[in-house]
Amino acid sequence: MSQTDTMAVSPRNTISREELLALKKRMNAKALTRRRLRTGGLLAGNVVMAFIILLPLLYAVSIAFMPSGELFTTELNILPQHPTLQNFADAFTNVPLLRFILNSFIMAGCITVGQIITCSLAAFAFSFLEFKGKGILFMLVMATMMVPGEATIISNYLTVGNLGMLDTYPVLIIPYLTSAMGIFLFRQFYMTFPKSLYESAKLDGCGNLRFIVKILLPLTKSAIGAMAVYTFINAWNMYMWPLLVTGSNDMRTVQIGISMLNSVDSQSITMMIAGVVMIIIPSISIFIVGQKQLIRGMFSGAVKG
Amino acid sequence: MNTQKKKLSITPYFYLIPCMLVFAVFLFYPFFKTIFLSLFLTDKMGQAKIFVGLQNYMDLLASESFRNSLKVTLIFVVIVVVGGMLLGLIAAVLCNKAFPGIRFFSTSYALPMAIASSSAAMVFQIMLHPTVGIVNKLLGLDINWLNDPDTALYCVAILTAWLNSGINFLYFSAGLGNIDETIYERASVDGASSVQKFFSLTLPGLSPIMFYTLVVNIIQAFQSFGQIKILTEGGPDEATNVIVYSIYRDAFFNYRFGSAAAQSVILFIIIMLITLVMFRIEKKGVSY
Repeated sequence: MSQTDTMAVSPRNTISREELLALKKRMNAKALTRRRLRTGGLLAGNVVMAFIILLPLLYAVSIAFMPSGELFTTELNILPQHPTLQNFADAFTNVPLLRFILNSFIMAGCITVGQIITCSLAAFAFSFLEFKGKGILFMLVMATMMVPGEATIISNYLTVGNLGMLDTYPVLIIPYLTSAMGIFLFRQFYMTFPKSLYESAKLDGCGNLRFIVKILLPLTKSAIGAMAVYTFINAWNMYMWPLLVTGSNDMRTVQIGISMLNSVDSQSITMMIAGVVMIIIPSISIFIVGQKQLIRGMFSGAVKG
Repeated sequence: MNTQKKKLSITPYFYLIPCMLVFAVFLFYPFFKTIFLSLFLTDKMGQAKIFVGLQNYMDLLASESFRNSLKVTLIFVVIVVVGGMLLGLIAAVLCNKAFPGIRFFSTSYALPMAIASSSAAMVFQIMLHPTVGIVNKLLGLDINWLNDPDTALYCVAILTAWLNSGINFLYFSAGLGNIDETIYERASVDGASSVQKFFSLTLPGLSPIMFYTLVVNIIQAFQSFGQIKILTEGGPDEATNVIVYSIYRDAFFNYRFGSAAAQSVILFIIIMLITLVMFRIEKKGVSY
C-alpha cells in the first residue's frame, strides 16, 4: 500500500520523507478507527443476538426467583422486585427432586461409561484387526444411524414389558449402551494412528485389551472427553423413553419428574420454573466445562472427514 | 503362521459382541418387529392377532387425521430446519472474527444444545402464557398462542429451531474455520464488499458442512417429541399432531399398536428417502 503511494508520487518529486511519514500515520489512524468501528459493530450485533438466544434462559432464572404473587400483574415485570429462594425450596418439597436427580445421574453416568467402553472396543476391532465381514459389519453399524428412534420404540417397549423390566434402572440404561456415532468417532481417531503402533506393541507381548487400556485410551483422551460430554448431556435430557418405561417416583428421571410439576395453576408456575432451572444447571455446567473438549473432539475427526 | 491366522480371525468378533448385542436386541430386532406388527391387528398387550396385510397402511393413507399429520409434520420440519440453521449461521458469522468477549458469546450461542426439550418447553409455556407471559406483555397482545390452531404449530416449531440452533452454530463455526482466510484478503484487494464476500465466498465455502447440517437437522426435526407432548399434546384440534406424536397417541392411548407400527414404518421410509435424495443431489450439486 505505502509502496504504491511512493511509486505514484515519486515522479513529481514533491514529497519529502516527513510528509510521507505523516501520511502513513494518518492512514494508520484512519484504519484504526475503521477497525474500531467494525469491532464495535460486531460487538453490538453479538450483544443483540446473544440476548435473543439467551432470553428464554434469562427469563426462566428471573421467574425462578420471583415470589408467585408478583408474577400475576398486568405490568411488565421482568425482574423480581423481592427475590426469593422460596420457589426452590417448594420444588424440593413438592416432588422428590433429589431422587429424580440421583436417578438421572445414575442413568446418564452408566450410559456414558457404557458407551465409551462398547464403542472403543468396537472401534478398535474395526480399525486395527482384520476379519471376515468387517466391511459389511461396519456398514451395518453405520446404517443404524438412519433408523429413527421412533421406528423401534414401540417394539422396544413391548419387549421390555414382556420381560417384566419396566420401571427399573436396567431398562433405562441398557438400550442406550452403544451408539453408531461413538463407534464412528473413535474409529476416526484410531485410524490416524499408524498400524505399526499396534504391531510393535503386539511383538512386545502386549495383549489386545492391554493395548486398548494402556495405549489407545490415553492417546484418545480428547475423543473420549467429547463423547462423554455429548453422551451425558443427551442422556440427561432424554424424554420419550423414560416417559414410557418409568412409572414410579423411585425411577423417574429429572425430565419426567419435573414435568409432573407442570400443572399451570397460579401458585405453581414459579415453583415449576425453579425446578426447571435446577435441572438445567447440571447439563449446562457440564457443557460449559467440557465445551472446548467437545468441539475439538467432534470436529477434528468426524466432520472434516 | 496358519494357526496364528486362525486365531486372529475369531478374536476380533469378541470386541464387537457388546455393541452388536445391544444393536441386535434394541435396534435390529425391534425394527423388524415393527414392520411385522404393522401388518397385523394387535390386542391391548401388543400381541399380533389377525394378519391384515397392508390394511393398516391403506387405512392410514385414507384417514383425514393421518394426512393432516403428514402436512403438519412437513410444515413443522421446514420451519425448524430453516429457522434453526439461520440462527446458527447468523451466530457463527457474528463469532467468526476475534473480538473481545468472543468466548462468552460463542458459549451462549452453543448453549441451547445442552438444554432438554422438556425443560425448554416448560419455559416457553410460561413465556407464551396468555396473561402472565412475557411475549404478550412485550408485544401488548392478548393471544392464547398455544391454544390457537393458527399459532400453536409456529410456537412449537420456533422453540425447536431454538433448541437445534446450538449445535448448528458449532457446525457452521467449524465450517467457517475451514475456509481459507487468504481468499477474503484477495477479494478485499479486488474491492469486493462484505455482502458480496458473504454470498460468493462464505456460503459456497460452507456448502459441504451446510449439506451435512441440513441432513442432520431434517432427521432431527422429524423426531421432535418432548416439546409437543408438553406444550400442546398434538392439539389444538390436531394442529400440532406431528407423526411422532401421532405414533405415541395411537400406541399408548388407543392401544392400536398395529397402526402405530405402520406409522413408524412410514416415518422411517420418509426419512430414508429424504436422506437418499439429498445424497444424490449432493453428488451432483455441491462444490468442494
